[in-house]
Amino acid sequence: MSFMKDITPLVRNNFLSGIDVLSRRAAQITVEIQQGERTNYNKVLDLSSGDLHRGGIKPITFVRQVLAACFYPALLEDDSLPLDVKQRAEILLSECDGGSIGSYTDSSGIAKIKLCVSQYITRRDGGVPSSPDNIFIKSGSQTALMIMLKLLIRSKDSCQTGVLIPVPTYASFTLALEEQGAAIIPYHLCEEQGWTLHVEELRKALHTGRKTCNPVALYICNPGNPTGHMQSRKSIEEVIRFAAEEKLFILADEVYQSCVYGDDTEFYSYKKVLSEMGSTISSTVELASFNSVSKGFMGECGLRGGYVELVNLDPAVKEYARRLFSTRSCPPVIGQIALDLMADPPKPGDPSFPTFSEEAQSIKNMICKNTGRIQEVFSELPGISCQPLKAGFFVFPCLHFPPKAIKWAKKRQMEPDMLYCLHLLEETGLHVRPGCEYGQRKDSHHIRLFVATQQNIMEDALQRLKTFHMRFMKEFS
Amino acid sequence: MTKSNQKRFTQAIIRKGIYGDTMTENGCQYRERVLTMDTMNPNVKRVEYAVRGPIVQRAVQIERELKMGIKKPFTEVIKANIGDCHAMGQKPITFFRQVLALCAYPDLLEDSKFPEDAKSRAHRILQACGGGSLGAYSTSQGIEMIRQDIARYIERRDGGITCDPDNIYLFTGASDAIVTMLKLLVSGEGMSRTGVMISIPQYPLYSAALAELAAVQISYYLDEDNCWSLDISELRRALQEAKKHCSPRALCIINPGNPTGQVQSRQCIEDVIRFAAAEKLFLMADEVYQDNIYADGCKFHSFKKVLFEMGLEYSEKVELASFHSTSKCYMGECGFRGGYMEVVNLDPEVKVQLTKLVSVRLCPPVPGQALLDVVVNPPQPDEPSYDTFIKERTDTLAALGEKANMTQEILNQVPGIKCNPVQGAMYTFPRIHLPPKAILEAKEKGQTPDMFYCMKLLEETGICLVPGSGFGQRDGTYHFRMTILPPKEKLKIVLAKIKEFQQHFMEQYS
Repeated sequence: MSFMKDITPLVRNNFLSGIDVLSRRAAQITVEIQQGERTNYNKVLDLSSGDLHRGGIKPITFVRQVLAACFYPALLEDDSLPLDVKQRAEILLSECDGGSIGSYTDSSGIAKIKLCVSQYITRRDGGVPSSPDNIFIKSGSQTALMIMLKLLIRSKDSCQTGVLIPVPTYASFTLALEEQGAAIIPYHLCEEQGWTLHVEELRKALHTGRKTCNPVALYICNPGNPTGHMQSRKSIEEVIRFAAEEKLFILADEVYQSCVYGDDTEFYSYKKVLSEMGSTISSTVELASFNSVSKGFMGECGLRGGYVELVNLDPAVKEYARRLFSTRSCPPVIGQIALDLMADPPKPGDPSFPTFSEEAQSIKNMICKNTGRIQEVFSELPGISCQPLKAGFFVFPCLHFPPKAIKWAKKRQMEPDMLYCLHLLEETGLHVRPGCEYGQRKDSHHIRLFVATQQNIMEDALQRLKTFHMRFMKEFS
Repeated sequence: MTKSNQKRFTQAIIRKGIYGDTMTENGCQYRERVLTMDTMNPNVKRVEYAVRGPIVQRAVQIERELKMGIKKPFTEVIKANIGDCHAMGQKPITFFRQVLALCAYPDLLEDSKFPEDAKSRAHRILQACGGGSLGAYSTSQGIEMIRQDIARYIERRDGGITCDPDNIYLFTGASDAIVTMLKLLVSGEGMSRTGVMISIPQYPLYSAALAELAAVQISYYLDEDNCWSLDISELRRALQEAKKHCSPRALCIINPGNPTGQVQSRQCIEDVIRFAAAEKLFLMADEVYQDNIYADGCKFHSFKKVLFEMGLEYSEKVELASFHSTSKCYMGECGFRGGYMEVVNLDPEVKVQLTKLVSVRLCPPVPGQALLDVVVNPPQPDEPSYDTFIKERTDTLAALGEKANMTQEILNQVPGIKCNPVQGAMYTFPRIHLPPKAILEAKEKGQTPDMFYCMKLLEETGICLVPGSGFGQRDGTYHFRMTILPPKEKLKIVLAKIKEFQQHFMEQYS
């Protein structure tokens, strides 16, 4: 027996609900299908994760051409690549030591790329200045978020550091908080009003939280995951004012900022709104905003490129933040390059622009069509309803289970939506995630569906869901 | 009120009329920050990382000054501080880059300019990726097919000793793997706080990680007079001492060594394993330089291989984690952040915790995973790319070997510098004898003597090295770490300049 059983309790307490169970079963079923042991469907339809490419969407051509040229610069001699691709690859390679993407870069990222990101931010925010000194590139926004948590959370204190997080919120973030030893203070989003954030709810949560821990940070996900909601400008102002009054550090996870669909919907960054709120607030409220190449039209989850922009940080603390970022040598260079391409994509007049624009637009159109179809199908089904999708890659429909279904789940000692998902997977091969993984109000149940997938796949998924759901509701009525 | 608060307060008053600010509840017009030096996580304050520390910052500044046309006694800064092969002109392996390009932009699979063996590897890798794209998330542990390929590579390397792909974890570089493993190991309070044994000198990732985790660093000294060899009696001494104030749980070895370059003998590895078994220590074997072996009579023995050849008494009990990456050896692909860890005899419950830990960060960069796959599946003798591949690999390693020998020869001719043979890895860690006057001046400047030396060297010659104090050394001794990576001709110049500087320095401070 190993002495290692005595490992750090922080890691041991990591909560992993049914994640393993559902994914494991999906993998098993795939094997069964390959071995010819299943006849009711011929493949598992995976709408469980926010992965654009896994869902069959092709990467953006311009992005992959630039990456290929960076990997293998001999391609720059080729006629096959468009001029703007070659120019961009050349510029980026000249920023790498030895002209190779295999070299280490500056720990916070290649200077030219940080500049490019800062310019993107300034353009996005209608001119609000952004300095590359406040930008740190990491291998994904999650990594950057974890480093900020490391700065904020005092795990050795007798009074735990508290972080306010929305319910629902995505599972791996909860894990990350627990791993760092933070106390989680949940605040509920208002489902009936489209998952809006009410400051009153924040206030209530904070008040409760203060009884047992020391709340220092407020985590916001906007656009929301899994909810797909977008905060109005007014709502963002209210939250910022709340953070100012209550002395909270704002962690604004904005990775879905370029996936916006509703006609009347516009993304406002926390930074932009903050900058327009008068100097008492705009120069004092501390903010960290996160973005990455994993979502949006890029969908390059596997390349691991993300950044954080720090606003109003104490200069001495920022110096330590810089050190924390530099103990890991540097972020993956390919991920950094992808960030540059995201922040500065082809413009009208560039040879690659027509293709790029078409590819990016078609993803947006596809998602819009999918959400329209989802609403159509759900409107015909009893016991399932969905708030309008404004942004992001997921819908989070509410399942209204009949009492019989709840009892059945209780007997099986499982959350009803988890059990629903397991049976949905088993009987139709559709893999979606249960609401219990994200948190939800007591006695409410949900599933999370990925919607950024090809229309025919979405249709297939909806048919499978419809069939199963009708049967399910009938059986438990 | 602090100065910065005062400034904000004044600004706030000036602007109040213009913007009509809402006053906060208690009427204060400024807000104290949430995150200050006092409220910040105190563990963060202990984080230092010499390889990118103040001397590198000064080097970067000097580069800027040169660009602006400021005159200096040199025309370029030579960064011999960091183990970055490509930055110093080493060329990537053609085959690897071809495969990656094909993976990135699969349209190229139709391009006749790429060899068939590269295409077949790219095709196979893409099939193992979600949606056939490097851009899809992989599982947190790493793409299964790639872990299987790595397992087979390890089996070939270790003469057939079985490797279970399930014991392979892919990471964002070996550093990521090392820190993750340390996270699992560190626990307890006070007397029972985890102690981790690490060599002096060491690669400062370890000391930084231990500081961040608030673990107890247990230093064991390598023997400079004996080629930086590892002495079991020194391990024993360090351990006994440590037991008085902490709970020693792990022993870290870097083989081949960084910064010292020593290659452990097989006997030494066996002794270390026996020691770890007897003292119930978790072994962490950092083997990222395993292909960088230069000295005659030196050979790389993986800890795993030696462990399993020592019989069941050891191979069934000793807990081991071995680390490797794409950053060093002949690949030099640091920027890809590709690395893996193989665990042996890990408690199953602990393995569950490890799996959870890695799931938090989603997945390692897929291009790095793909690169690892090609590294462990290089061209075979009957394949079109074989000849070029072998030539490139051989030339690269031979050049490093040549430079390793040249470095130790030249430095040992310099009075005041004594250099152990560079048996492996990519660095030399010579001892410099500093005159008392120099040491005094350093103290007056508030610098460690070797930092003082290195800063002066930088200012006068443009050569950037890392002072030995960043790696740890015996009290009263001073060193610097220099890479052997610059191209041969440039390296000759660097060594000549160091010789000149050293002579001048000795004269100046005698």
